[in-house]
Amino acid sequence: MKYIWLIPLLPGVGAALNGLVGIRAFSRKTSGFVACATMVAALGLSVLAFWQLLGLPPDAREYTVTIADWIPPIPLQMHDGGIGRLQVPWGFRLDPLAGMMLLIVSGIGTLIHVYSTAYMADEPRAGVARFFCYLNLFCFFMLMLVLGSNFLVMFVGWEGVGLCSYLLIGYWYEKKSAADAGKKAFITNRIGDWGFILGIFLIFFTFGTFDFREVQDAAARLPVESMHFGVLSAICLLLFVGATGKSAQIPLFVWLPDAMEGPTPVSALIHAATMVTAGVYMVGRNAVLFSHAPMVMEIIAIVGVLTALMAASIGLVQYDIKRVLAYSTVSQLGYMFAAMGVGAFAAGAFHLMTHAFFKALLFLGSGSVIHAMGGEQDMRRMGGLKKYLPVTFLTMMVGTLAIAGIPPLAGFFSKDEILFRTFLSNKSVWVLAVVTALMTAFYMFRLMSMTFFGGYRGPAWEPAGAGPAAAIAAGHGVAHPHDPHAHGQAHKDDHEVSHGPAEPHDPPGGHGGGHGAWHGPHESPTPMTFPLMALAVGAIVAGFFGIPAALGGSNAIERFLEPSFTPSAVHAGAEGTRPAAGAAEPAAATALPAETAGEHEAPHASRGLELGLMGFSVLIAVVGIALAWKLYVTNPEISESLAERWAGAHRVLLNKYYVDELYNATVISGTMAGGRRLWTFDRRVVDGVVNGTGWFTIIGSWISGLTDRYVVDGAVNLVGWTAQEASYWFRRLQTGLVQNYALLMLFGVFAFVSLYLIAR
Amino acid sequence: MITPAHYMILSAALFIIGVIGVMVRRNIIIIFMSIELILNAVNINLVAFSSQLQHVIGQVFAVFVIAVAAAEAAVGLGIILAFYRNKETVNIDEMNLLRW
Repeated sequence: MKYIWLIPLLPGVGAALNGLVGIRAFSRKTSGFVACATMVAALGLSVLAFWQLLGLPPDAREYTVTIADWIPPIPLQMHDGGIGRLQVPWGFRLDPLAGMMLLIVSGIGTLIHVYSTAYMADEPRAGVARFFCYLNLFCFFMLMLVLGSNFLVMFVGWEGVGLCSYLLIGYWYEKKSAADAGKKAFITNRIGDWGFILGIFLIFFTFGTFDFREVQDAAARLPVESMHFGVLSAICLLLFVGATGKSAQIPLFVWLPDAMEGPTPVSALIHAATMVTAGVYMVGRNAVLFSHAPMVMEIIAIVGVLTALMAASIGLVQYDIKRVLAYSTVSQLGYMFAAMGVGAFAAGAFHLMTHAFFKALLFLGSGSVIHAMGGEQDMRRMGGLKKYLPVTFLTMMVGTLAIAGIPPLAGFFSKDEILFRTFLSNKSVWVLAVVTALMTAFYMFRLMSMTFFGGYRGPAWEPAGAGPAAAIAAGHGVAHPHDPHAHGQAHKDDHEVSHGPAEPHDPPGGHGGGHGAWHGPHESPTPMTFPLMALAVGAIVAGFFGIPAALGGSNAIERFLEPSFTPSAVHAGAEGTRPAAGAAEPAAATALPAETAGEHEAPHASRGLELGLMGFSVLIAVVGIALAWKLYVTNPEISESLAERWAGAHRVLLNKYYVDELYNATVISGTMAGGRRLWTFDRRVVDGVVNGTGWFTIIGSWISGLTDRYVVDGAVNLVGWTAQEASYWFRRLQTGLVQNYALLMLFGVFAFVSLYLIAR
Repeated sequence: MITPAHYMILSAALFIIGVIGVMVRRNIIIIFMSIELILNAVNINLVAFSSQLQHVIGQVFAVFVIAVAAAEAAVGLGIILAFYRNKETVNIDEMNLLRW
């Protein structure tokens, strides 16, 4: 356990290998192997560390490792006049919440690395190495985010995963939509990071430390800000702004659906299972802080449930298989925030875990479908794939049932826990959450029905290759085109005209199953199906860790996670004013032991109610499933007539509530106009000053040049000229004739002698 | 009786001849010879007064002058030879390189 810092480092080494050497030298297999090997090693270490963590007594399940100083101690004048110290170590901390997250990231990360070796097999060699380099780098930063013991180390990971997300969304950077989506994700995230970093500054300003544990303990000693909006509320609100960016909540959720431009394993790993849950994780990490700010908690709950509802309603009508899942992810993240917002931190974290399993499963399944369809993502061109992709179908069905909340799959327990806790604290949030649950069941079964049931609606293929199928296969081989409209112009011309997109084809018999050319839908290779099966098992059993007391379970996960959401026992015992994870429950706002008991007694107290709610939510899920079955399998024409009757609403949903357009019209065009204005300012004033300086210099040097030429050179020339002119007569004496000189000498002698004689 | 005046007249005559020779002749050899005449005019004066005044210093002086004149003749003839090799002439008017 001393070596937990190795866990993030291993994928980092893999990334360095693949990035520095692999892009030039490694074959597809080698780079895949390096990436997978480092992840497997990290997973092994994670499991070992987690095992040792479990071996500790429940109250002491925390382990901190400091490997070096990042910022050595610097004395600082604090705002209250005291002398503080700015010191940031490279510290890593393993506690129950981090442990859970660690297993999710390394476990699902490993599976997805394995999956990618097959999914990316058709990419160019250097592209594969680049992909694995980014994917490993992502795991490096994500594990750092999870394990960081203070805000700054977490922030390094936080920014790093944002960077990797950008790199991986824009992996097919030649495609403009992918490059744009990458930029959109990065910039939207930056807006959230702005809030996060301000929150970190305010935390240091208030508490004088970055360490999570110290901040939690310091916050626990402050009074709950139930009546006023104090500094804790400000901190929490700013941190939540960061969380909305990373975890795609209103108003910053717009980037996540576009992020589906990236390769599907990336969508599964980053944009479903791990990175987007970083916001939820961060809120859970600072549970004590947040439970001291009930007003912000209220905001979180409302934003969460509204996001859940909005995203689910958009998901109802989307046709792109990955976009449906993307909106589903946004919606489920909203659920988690709603749970956090009502103080059910453990329930939110539990849902985070189960969601990681079934959403990664669904995304990988959709990737398998897309792979099988040769890059097709539009569900209107699928249908009846059940018989071609039996493994994918079965595993995705497990995932779908799990997300819909059918017992005894994972989603049922976590979602039900959230619904129960919201029911206890805020009825309106509960109502919206239940409506979302209905929609979730509906759109997921709509997805399943359109993809796997009914008749086949996709392009035809020729059993032995050649012809139009080969043209599609070419597209498949180069890069899976992810925009449904950009996909294989060839089949559009050849088939859409003759058959129409909605008309079912007779399924042609037999398919080649080869990998190079597309011979119709085919089951994916083992490296892709194995992670599907593993995740399906996870989606089934993950819920058993949190069987609520009402069903005879012990809600093990909640008790396991509890120490992460409470301040250190020492402080809590001394102060005795630990505000509850469930701030809404009055019984919880007492001393720690009573509170912990209260949290577990609450379900007992209303066992009948909880069972009733459970039954209700299962009923809701079944209704949603039945509705989807009726609309999309037994009577497909109903859905079309419904879409026509509610054309306005349908269009609004299809266009995602015009949020992108709204942002384009306000924020983006505003920013652009501001930028243009600044550019004009830049050009006119700043450049003007610079150019003016330049002109001034030119004129000055011109004057200086004239002075030099006429005054200085003039003076020098004048001296020469004067000497020359003055010597005009004297130089005549220099005849060069010796006898002249002798004569002059003679005259001189005569003159002097005469003068001598006369003057004497 | 030959008086110092006679010597001085002879000496002055030789001197005038030498000076006129230096002034008017173009041949550098002749000029050189004229310079010798001037020197020897001086020598006559020196020896004449040595004899008149019964003092040997005048004769010693004359011997020095003759020695210096010999040295001067050697140098001067060397210059003339060098000049002749370059210019193929001994005309003094051709020796005007040092004019403006």
